[in-house]
Amino acid sequence: MDLIGALGKGLGKDNVALTTVSAIVNWARLSALWPMTFGLACCAIEMMATGASRFDWDRLGLIPRATPRQSDCMIVAGTVTHKMAIRIKTLYDQMPEPKYVISMGSCANNGGPYWQYGYHVVKGVDQIIPVDVYVPGCPPRPEALLYGIMALQDRIREKSLLDDPREGRPRPEPASQPAGRMVEMAG
Amino acid sequence: MSAASIIERLAAHLGLEEGSFESDAEAKDPWVRIPGDRLLAAARFLKTDPELDFDTLHCVSGVDWPADDPPAIEVVYHLTSLSRKHWIVLKTRVGREGGSLPTLETVWKTANWHERETYDLFGVRFEGHSDHRRILLPADWPGHPLLRDWEWPETWHKIPVKPGRQMTERAEGGQMTGVGPFD
Repeated sequence: MDLIGALGKGLGKDNVALTTVSAIVNWARLSALWPMTFGLACCAIEMMATGASRFDWDRLGLIPRATPRQSDCMIVAGTVTHKMAIRIKTLYDQMPEPKYVISMGSCANNGGPYWQYGYHVVKGVDQIIPVDVYVPGCPPRPEALLYGIMALQDRIREKSLLDDPREGRPRPEPASQPAGRMVEMAG
Repeated sequence: MSAASIIERLAAHLGLEEGSFESDAEAKDPWVRIPGDRLLAAARFLKTDPELDFDTLHCVSGVDWPADDPPAIEVVYHLTSLSRKHWIVLKTRVGREGGSLPTLETVWKTANWHERETYDLFGVRFEGHSDHRRILLPADWPGHPLLRDWEWPETWHKIPVKPGRQMTERAEGGQMTGVGPFD
């Protein structure tokens, strides 16, 4: 239950709101997802379009930050080469908990067009960091990325403060199984 | 100047007998193949001769010929003269194992990065290069991947390099993997 829903149920004649701490914290977290300013390939162009006036992800509370220390989520927008992979891992490790990852586009999802013969491309960014939401497309339209962001917000809304924020994220081994889910975009 | 006369002029300067070198002036990209030890002289002549005036080096690339005798890597230089509006392709062969060529960065400065790329992907060494490092791949990458007998490593810094079973299993499990535009 989100905060607005909780307010609607609990607001009595003394203006007392009954809610849970988790609901308030989740509401705060999902309403101000600050992504790291960070793009790797053509998907980053679509990501910039998503941030610009026509699609305007500021509506959802996304304000790009220029440092991992202030970032809540990382949008991996583009082709992850092996050379870049170790830098991405470093940036991810520099982000404070709780942190989320959106894998944007075919390359970041699974290597995309470089899957078979691209010796230089990591076969999915989930080989090095845990991914929360996958956005398919080559590159995805800004609507698709917005849908992915909203899917991530839904995911945050379901969390409880009692949950381990690292749950489902096997960290030490880089080549771990992905913890995320695919965003279904068909239809 | 026509391709045939460019080749003729170059061969005359280098003292190459007719029939002692290969060339094709009728090809879409006319080319001439010269021995590696004449490469620097040829490049200097092409750049400085006022009639030829090849002021632009577009590209340095490599072709691997492991089945040839002897096995060789062909290094290909695409040259254009913007002032004279003509072009030529310079080819030279270098031994596959430990072969080297003189650097052309003293002639065309742009050769610096192109030669680094050819070294990165084919392992050709360029003698006298001012900054002989890899340019695209990580510094500790194993081998030179455009060689035809290059073998993919299993992992690089614990990251799988080959396409693994992971994606196959996910696809067979009915997960959408999102290759290609979704709309």
